[in-house]
Amino acid sequence: MGLLTFKGGIHPNDGKSLAKDKAIVEILPKGDLVYPLSQHIGAPASPIVKVGDQVLKGQKIAEAGGFVSAPVYSSVSGKVKAIAPNFTPTGGKVNSIVIENDGEYTEAEKLATKPLEELTKEEILNLIADAGIVGMGGAGFPTRVKLSPKEPDKIDYVIANCAECEPYITADYRRMMENPEELVSGMKVILRLFDNAKGVFAVEDNKPDCIAKLEELTKGEPRMEVAKLMTKYPQGGERQLIYAVTKRAINSSMLPADVGCVVDNVETIINIHHAVINGRPSIERVVTVSGDGVNEPGNFKVPFGISQRELVEAAGGLKEETQKIISGGPMMGFAMFTLDVPVTKTSSSILCLTKDEVAMYEPGACINCGRCIEACPSRLIPSRLADYAERHDEKAFEKEFGVECMECGSCSYVCPARRQLKQAIGSMRKIALANRKKK
Amino acid sequence: MNEQFNISASPHIRAKDSTGSIMMWVIIALLPTTLFGIWNFRDQNAWILVVVTVAAAVLTEFIYEKLMHKKVTISDFSAAVTGLLLALNLPPSAPWWMGVLGSVFAILVVKQLFGGLGQNFMNPALAARCFLLISFTGRMTSFTYDGITGATPLATMRADGSIANVDTMNMFIGQIPGTIGETSTIAIMIGAIILLLKGIIDLRIPGTYLVTFVIFITIFGGHGFDWQFITAHLCGGGIMLGAWFMATDYVTSPITKKGQIIYGILLGVLTGLFRLFGGSAEGVSYAIIISNILVPLIEKVTLPKPFGKGGEK
Repeated sequence: MGLLTFKGGIHPNDGKSLAKDKAIVEILPKGDLVYPLSQHIGAPASPIVKVGDQVLKGQKIAEAGGFVSAPVYSSVSGKVKAIAPNFTPTGGKVNSIVIENDGEYTEAEKLATKPLEELTKEEILNLIADAGIVGMGGAGFPTRVKLSPKEPDKIDYVIANCAECEPYITADYRRMMENPEELVSGMKVILRLFDNAKGVFAVEDNKPDCIAKLEELTKGEPRMEVAKLMTKYPQGGERQLIYAVTKRAINSSMLPADVGCVVDNVETIINIHHAVINGRPSIERVVTVSGDGVNEPGNFKVPFGISQRELVEAAGGLKEETQKIISGGPMMGFAMFTLDVPVTKTSSSILCLTKDEVAMYEPGACINCGRCIEACPSRLIPSRLADYAERHDEKAFEKEFGVECMECGSCSYVCPARRQLKQAIGSMRKIALANRKKK
Repeated sequence: MNEQFNISASPHIRAKDSTGSIMMWVIIALLPTTLFGIWNFRDQNAWILVVVTVAAAVLTEFIYEKLMHKKVTISDFSAAVTGLLLALNLPPSAPWWMGVLGSVFAILVVKQLFGGLGQNFMNPALAARCFLLISFTGRMTSFTYDGITGATPLATMRADGSIANVDTMNMFIGQIPGTIGETSTIAIMIGAIILLLKGIIDLRIPGTYLVTFVIFITIFGGHGFDWQFITAHLCGGGIMLGAWFMATDYVTSPITKKGQIIYGILLGVLTGLFRLFGGSAEGVSYAIIISNILVPLIEKVTLPKPFGKGGEK
């Protein structure tokens, strides 16, 4: 069987060799911890502690602000120092709880759980919601909501997104190498919720060691299999992944559940395992610190809320000539102006680059070469959509399906005229979506 | 330490190919046929015409952009490509000032007045060639080879109604009268292979163009499926240079994949029509510029369906 994939996409230099073979190192924070109340899609969480309160590691400090929301837990023991707006990796200020670490790590009581066989579906879902688990690949969509489709019986695929197609990031790779049992166990938990589904671990073929490990572990599991994907960006995009595995195509107005699929990434599934099996809320994750601008690239297991500056220092610190710092991968991550932001539930990586390729080139005129069309996984005409965006021609933008863009950035990557295609399309798309809601 | 970090929207990395590098590769791919043409027509000092035409194109772009206070874009090599393509489309006996006039027309009228790179609706080099053809028909259609002024093989075939008086091997190598860059099929093919291997062009346009043309002349050429006749038509005139280097011009060809197929078919049919039934033996230049004009329409009807919207998967 050939490798599974989708049409379009790009093959950037993956930069993964920098951190691929660095085992996960656990880091304990020294400074204060900052917990933004909005680390997910949906309503912000509401604080249930006051300044001056003593909190324990694993204690809930903010509860979900609605159904589409998620609670926040303290990842250390200490004292609530402030509840105030703080910068987050995406550049905005968000109301956050600041906790002074007492260095004791005194643990709070765990979430009440039972052996998996004795839990009902409702109890599993509640545990996942209560643990504050959100999509940790970057979107931050509350996992409980994702796992509660209208018709759970119609779900026939639970796909573990093990593609990790963003260059440089190796956090999921290390997780698969070092904690594959937790990943398989988390999948088992999800499969309990969907009686007619099979679990597929979808891995890009540049990780043969992970494929071998997962194949070994799922040998005795009739409901699980491993799918080999072609190594290509954005193979880990939800729509591309679903298509590669099932040959079912969804567009921007459909949900994976509409075609019988549920997709979760590696870190999320491991957090599900910890919540349901061990009663541990979502308080930590693995973060890759990489790029040529950091002295000792590596993969680190850190508590949420730790300062990114502390994390970069643990990785040997920045090199003098570092020009750009990115939260996430180089294709879809956010450039940060400061390292004084916390690691959140969706921080998969800190990328430090000594060369800002965007600043090196000046955008020129489109020569109609069609490379953006070739690269676009949504099969749009990015060059033309960007023209409409620049002219603010919303009608033409809608007519040529601009809102179908998923902002993967492949068009900007390939453009020989160095046009900022994704940036233009992305901003027009936000306006078009907002206007759609108004109607 | 300096904590001033750069900020920009994602993606933060870029592929290596730039407009300049693509144009550079087109120039490199044109070198075999250029050098062959200069050697082939050395008795007529073809090199002077090539150099003057290219220089005039680059200079026109430079002066216009300076005067208009625009960013000077000669370093993207697109003006050089236009100049070179125009030179390759001129008879070696053309006087130098015709090269200059053609270049000024191509760059100033066809390219810059419509907004510069990416905005021209017609291939500048071909538009200039047609401009010169209409203005100086005699000079543009007089071909001298080895000191003898005579008809091109295509014209001979048309006059005779047979292929008895043409040597297809000479046509393949290029030792025939014609414009500077169109005579050697083998030299053009070497360039085409370079562009194909570099991923700068693909087979969609030239492939459908040539296949359609072969089918057309097989049906309407009066020779049936005569391999000699077809080879003579493929190696004669400007079809090879046109199909691989001018029909594939990014700016003036459709951006959609289906559109490129339609465009190729249209080119094949028009070239066949002009060659078999038109007023002259040649037809590639007109076929391409007429198809150029139809590109917006072709693109309009071939808009791809987005992923997940019921289109091809």
